[in-house]
Amino acid sequence: MTNKTILNSAHRELGARMVDFGGWDMPVNYGSQIDEHHYVRQSVGMFDVSHMTVVDINGLEAKAYLQHLLANDVAKLTRQGKALYSCMLNEKAGIIDDLIVYFLDEQNYRLVVNASTRDKDIAWLEQQAEDFDVTINEKPTLAMIAVQGPKARQKVCPLLPERLGLAAAEIKPFSACWHGEWFVGRTGYTGEDGFEIILPEDKAEGFWKQLISVGVHPCGLGARDTLRLEAGMNLYGQDMDESKHPIESGLNWTVAWEPGVRNFVGKQALLSIKEQANSDKFVGLILEDKGVLRGHQTVVLDDGSRGEITSGGYSPTMERSIAFARVPANIGKTCKIDIRGKLKVARVVKPCFVRRGEVQI
Amino acid sequence: MSNTPDDRKYADSHEWALLEADGNIRVGITDYAQELLGDLVFVELPEVGQKLVQADECSVVESVKAASDIYSPVTGEIVAINNDLEDSPEAINDSPYEDGWIFIIKPEDVSELDNLLDAESYQNLTEDE
Repeated sequence: MTNKTILNSAHRELGARMVDFGGWDMPVNYGSQIDEHHYVRQSVGMFDVSHMTVVDINGLEAKAYLQHLLANDVAKLTRQGKALYSCMLNEKAGIIDDLIVYFLDEQNYRLVVNASTRDKDIAWLEQQAEDFDVTINEKPTLAMIAVQGPKARQKVCPLLPERLGLAAAEIKPFSACWHGEWFVGRTGYTGEDGFEIILPEDKAEGFWKQLISVGVHPCGLGARDTLRLEAGMNLYGQDMDESKHPIESGLNWTVAWEPGVRNFVGKQALLSIKEQANSDKFVGLILEDKGVLRGHQTVVLDDGSRGEITSGGYSPTMERSIAFARVPANIGKTCKIDIRGKLKVARVVKPCFVRRGEVQI
Repeated sequence: MSNTPDDRKYADSHEWALLEADGNIRVGITDYAQELLGDLVFVELPEVGQKLVQADECSVVESVKAASDIYSPVTGEIVAINNDLEDSPEAINDSPYEDGWIFIIKPEDVSELDNLLDAESYQNLTEDE
């Protein structure tokens, strides 16, 4: 059974090419994926991300529960509306999912988790909640629209309900504000400024069409993938999964080791992995030769050892191919990639290629 | 609705083959195929002089989404390749039947074209997919 978001018919009206994405019937593009990519980098585009799962954590022990559940520490969240990116680990430090948590107050937090991992996430959240005074409340009747790009905020604020528009204009990056069921986070998955707006399903189509009428271009999951790749943002299921830990996934920065007294699920396993100090490294690659890097291609180091590309593709901003790869830690400044039996040269860089419209390499 | 001119033949793997006045066959991919692939970003061309058997893999087109093999519609020898595609692979999106041609092959036996689909049959095939 294929799931559909509330905007499904709106996408079809626009002539979107639809694909199955983790059991959801979603638009991959509405025409040219490259044009959609450039709209976001240069002006403004929007994505239907209503397939993502919103889960509220409510209760007296909400904070303690999340400090136990997440590898990052929600104690860092002191200002109302502030957001935090974190991995949720199993006991072996394998990544169950990556997510964003918003701080509403000490007893109320909101999580946004991946669509493809929904069932196992909910089961895990419930299982881990047994010893805490909290309730896990999924919000399946909310839609979610990401409006991204340098012009996103100026386009969105006037269209929001009354005072929420004024509040949204003031919030800092990685923060949120809300009014009733409308929730606006200054977050995203593109490396550009913008908002992710959670709103009641029955308001979604009207809001989507208003955004189109003020010049916001609908963009598909295709452009979302090239934008996040350029921005150096991992995709769950491709760049990491339960067989991988944060250190070999470029996500060590999201693990809060301090304060040392805090115990979180997976901490002991992750500590011993860290002590062994032989983890693979997560790097960015830029293809120097012509061709296109793709997930699962083999990376060959100078000493003959091997790694693997986790996500790769064409960067419309840099007009060349880029990738993320998991490789032995002794990798040099260049390596070779096996593309259909031919070894092509790639440069090894930090996995962050483009932010705020600027090439970082 | 994609465009399928009736001056040429089609393979079910989405190549077109156009018999030219000099007896050589010009090859590219169909409008339907380019639309399905999305924006093209790289073409790995065959080499002039390369000898091929009908349905041999001989080229790769890569879009933002995926890589796709191109098969030779007939047996023969490559006599020309479209070098412009190295810098402008998007020509295949913009003009799949004209500027976006990929290679020209000198056929051993031109009657192999009879094994391919005519425009109407190809159109029916794509409508079923």
